[in-house]
Amino acid sequence: MTTPYTERPLAPVTVDAATEHFWTQAKEGLLCTRRCTSCGEVHWYPRALCPFCMGDTEWCSLSGLGTIYSVSVTRRAGPIAYAIAYVALDEGITLLTNIVDCDFDDLKIGQRVEVTFKPAEGGAMVPMFKPA
Amino acid sequence: MTIKRKACIAGAYEHPTRKAPDKTVAQLHAECARGALADAGLTLQDVDGYFCAGDAPGLGANNMADYLGLTKLRHIDTTDTGGSAYLIHVSHAAQAIAAGKCDVALVTLAGRPRSEGSSGVAPRLVTANTPDVPWEMPYSPVIVNMYALAAARHMHEYGTTSEQLAWIKVAAAAHAQHNPNAMLREPVTVEEVLASPMISDPLHKLDCCVVSDGGGALVVVRPEIAARLKRPVVNILGAGETIKGQLGGHVDLTWSGAAISGPIAFKEAGVSPADIQYASIYDSFTITVLMQLEDLGFCKKGEGGRFVADGNLISGVGTLPFNTDGGGLCNNHPANRGGITKVIEAVRQLRGEAHPKVQVPDCTLALAQGTGGSLGSRHGSATLIMERQ
Repeated sequence: MTTPYTERPLAPVTVDAATEHFWTQAKEGLLCTRRCTSCGEVHWYPRALCPFCMGDTEWCSLSGLGTIYSVSVTRRAGPIAYAIAYVALDEGITLLTNIVDCDFDDLKIGQRVEVTFKPAEGGAMVPMFKPA
Repeated sequence: MTIKRKACIAGAYEHPTRKAPDKTVAQLHAECARGALADAGLTLQDVDGYFCAGDAPGLGANNMADYLGLTKLRHIDTTDTGGSAYLIHVSHAAQAIAAGKCDVALVTLAGRPRSEGSSGVAPRLVTANTPDVPWEMPYSPVIVNMYALAAARHMHEYGTTSEQLAWIKVAAAAHAQHNPNAMLREPVTVEEVLASPMISDPLHKLDCCVVSDGGGALVVVRPEIAARLKRPVVNILGAGETIKGQLGGHVDLTWSGAAISGPIAFKEAGVSPADIQYASIYDSFTITVLMQLEDLGFCKKGEGGRFVADGNLISGVGTLPFNTDGGGLCNNHPANRGGITKVIEAVRQLRGEAHPKVQVPDCTLALAQGTGGSLGSRHGSATLIMERQ
């Protein structure tokens, strides 16, 4: 059995004070998050204050490489099947995402993946992951 | 301060409807309130504490308290942790009673997701400014696939199988066949669960709870008041609550908030998991049950699959009878929030009023456990331990 990836429409992203820089970077093909200027830890999702120590934070770039922590092919929540996943990035943070550009039935926890970007309505580029 | 034996559940009522196209949500709340007060032998005029959560229409408790005609209120609590909120309400009611803030607390829940067409595969409701939404909504998280991520990881880490998860549904269905109000009353087999459509790997349709209209209400009172009433006295022995999230990106789907709320409740109650004779375990999905059972200490972490297999949760068959009303998997999941029905069936068991086919003999110690929100991202967890006096 195969369940090929199919493009599905992506709604416009939320652009606000917390997200604007992230979406600007994403259009350049860059994935980023925020790091604490006090304790030095990176975290996800990006916040203005560090969730580990409440210190101030600054943007930092991410490699876009990681492994699948968990994955579920959602088959009956709409007309198009899609793969939702948590990907553990090499930097030590795990983010919710979609896996794309592959046969979903071959996906496995522990598999290496790399970031790729898919267009949303309104022109934003949404980071997703594909097998590395 | 402890709440141990400082308050009692004197009234419990589960609305019999599972589809209510001709009633409003407020009306369902009121019918549940009337039912629970009548069950306790109390009236509207006795209520001085009111508890409700996000299913109650309007601004906090304002609109429902006014609709219900509650004019003697001196304590209000609208804590909302999704489906687990109502277990927290019972705990908070006990705290308020112990602190002298109220004497008779009313908790209500009601909703019409079935009539309104809101199911578990619809996008979750979010409000503007919810900080995690911009980072997650592009990926289409829905209720079922976020629980599926927890299930997939559990299988990877511990070797849990779909057959083992199916046993949870089989046990719920074995109980539901005796509940005339249950939405699904047909017994099912492991094979039938596995043959049902795959919704989001590895959760099949029959791993998912029902979508039902309905509601429930509870009345929590001071022990002196409970002693004057005609109903069997159900004491609250201990309670725990917490919220678990994504831990700043250090996501760990192998444990739920029950790992925190459970030990707090057991310590306050002064009992251990081995003492519990009946357990109501929140069953939005089969995986929800399995992880909570592990986290509460009914078995070791990773051994939940073996623990639930072969009918171990079936009353009269296994060692831990669970959800003898059929639970959310078969009976009822009003407002897509199953917390209150968990307490209601535990009260039935402690009173000896469960269906004779599922009643646990001489049931004196019971537990109710709720998980509200998403096991795969952020959820509130609440544990409640009760005894028959």
